[in-house]
Amino acid sequence: MVLAVENVSVSLGRSRVVNGIDCQIRAGELLMLLGPNGAGKSTLLRAVSGDIPYQGKVSFSGRELGSWPPESLARQRAVMPQRVEVNFPLTVEEVVRLGRPGKASGRRDPVVDQLMNELDIGHLRHRLVPGLSGGEQQRLQLARVLAQILDSPGDRLLLLDECTSALDPAHQQMALALVRSLARDEGMAVLAVVHDLNLAAQFADRLLVMKAGCLIHEGSAWEVLTPDLLQTVYGFTARVIELEEGYPMVVPRRDRSARAYTAPVNPNCRQAS
Amino acid sequence: MVRDAAGRLGFAPSLVVALSAAAVVALVSITSGAYPLGLTDILSVITGREASDPVASMVLLEVRMPRFLLGFLVGAVLAVSGALLQGLFRNPLADPGLIGVSAGASLAAIAVIVLGNTWLGGWLAMTGEWALPIAAFLGGSGTVLLAWRIANRSGQTAVATLLLAGIAINAVAGAATGLLTFYATDEELRSLTFWTMGSLGHADWNDLLVGAPFMLLALLAAPWLARPLDAFLLGESVVGHLGYRTDTVKRAAILVVGLGVGAAVAVSGLIGFVGLVVPHLVRQLLGASHRVVLPFSALAGGTLLVAADSLARVVVTPAELPIGLMMALIGGPFFLAILLRTKVI
Repeated sequence: MVLAVENVSVSLGRSRVVNGIDCQIRAGELLMLLGPNGAGKSTLLRAVSGDIPYQGKVSFSGRELGSWPPESLARQRAVMPQRVEVNFPLTVEEVVRLGRPGKASGRRDPVVDQLMNELDIGHLRHRLVPGLSGGEQQRLQLARVLAQILDSPGDRLLLLDECTSALDPAHQQMALALVRSLARDEGMAVLAVVHDLNLAAQFADRLLVMKAGCLIHEGSAWEVLTPDLLQTVYGFTARVIELEEGYPMVVPRRDRSARAYTAPVNPNCRQAS
Repeated sequence: MVRDAAGRLGFAPSLVVALSAAAVVALVSITSGAYPLGLTDILSVITGREASDPVASMVLLEVRMPRFLLGFLVGAVLAVSGALLQGLFRNPLADPGLIGVSAGASLAAIAVIVLGNTWLGGWLAMTGEWALPIAAFLGGSGTVLLAWRIANRSGQTAVATLLLAGIAINAVAGAATGLLTFYATDEELRSLTFWTMGSLGHADWNDLLVGAPFMLLALLAAPWLARPLDAFLLGESVVGHLGYRTDTVKRAAILVVGLGVGAAVAVSGLIGFVGLVVPHLVRQLLGASHRVVLPFSALAGGTLLVAADSLARVVVTPAELPIGLMMALIGGPFFLAILLRTKVI
């Protein structure tokens, strides 16, 4: 087991925003975490990244997160936050290479070159980051994060918080196909927060659904993306159709009676059926 | 000069230019002043020939040399401290003045000037002629520690809290300085103004002995922080994700700045704009990586301060302008021009 999360809770101020989450990710598995805004997805990811204090236990590669020396952890676990703002005139290549601390800075780095090409930022190599578009910056950050662990031995874990939210559809496919191939072919374990249900259906091995701080459902795309569950979790009606590619697609229905969804606080975290 | 694909100057040619500029400015600084010194005077003093003019020898060894060395060190330390703080705060406007180091140092110095004959008589008796520099150094370092303590209460250092603490400390130190000014006699006021405007006019080997070890230590320690500070440019959480110990890096940077700036203010008073303008210019020309920004800021900061000091000595001869005033005169409009011209910081 690459990542084991046991009964993890996070309180911000007085409110408990993540409530007793359990989940596990094996090597080679791509897990996507779904849920409405404010469900606690990013907070859970930040806890698992070790950015914020949490209750419960998070183990990476069989060892409690806090007991990992930072340098070794950085070679095997990479985190892409939701937003990374670069205000200083660093070039694209310099930022990707920040993901490779300890590597010689003079020569060209084949891993960096490979990732920049695969994420279509090779032609931006010498451009200054503050002048890039949002999508280009997001691809750049993904490249930096992947460069950090791509050629490391042992268990590897990738934590991604909305890594494709600013990308056009073609680049979304490019980025997630790369992440999935790194999971399947290289054995990386991936936990990704996403909002796009259809991308989740297409790429994830398993889906987790959070609502009001609780994990309320877990399973394959077919098990999770049902009209009932979408109604319960997001409060909208939808059809779920089967594509000939073999995965489901969610088509929201026009519904005049649909109202803006307000998340109820649910201390008991009952399993939605 | 040749620019690379990112529109930046190359490292090696820039280093040659920076070192040459430093050498030229050094020569100008050593030869110019009320007592003119020629190259032949300098050569004969260095080679120890008997024919050398004893006055020239005295002026060179006891006045110009320590003044040049001290000016260069102070400029280098202020510029490097500015670069460190800007990286740490991810804010190109961060400056040693910002977190209260300069204000704390000058408050301590002013307290010694005004209260030296009364409450602080014991301090004067204890430290003798070094009373002022040592007090300024203690005041500067103490202020950093205070700001640090305030910002570090929860065990982790919040950069925003540190900045706010700096603002509060600056305000309190400013008020205390105002109060002391109010109580000062006319004679004390003159000395006090001199201090707050910054000057290298009294530089001697004693000042170097007091300040140089701290400033050199700060300059030598700074390069170790270059890589983690680059990570800081992506945000505080990314520093930890990349395997650096975030709090250790922050503590080390604050300590280096406290040591360096405290010592710099101790020997030269308040000199602004070096920490702001120099790293900014270096980033524009050579990029934002701290492995480049730190060494070049040191070189350029030292050169700029010595150049400004040479100018300050000749514009209103036989008197001289305070260097802090000179830097503000040059640096203020210059910085405004840069701000108006560029979009990327």
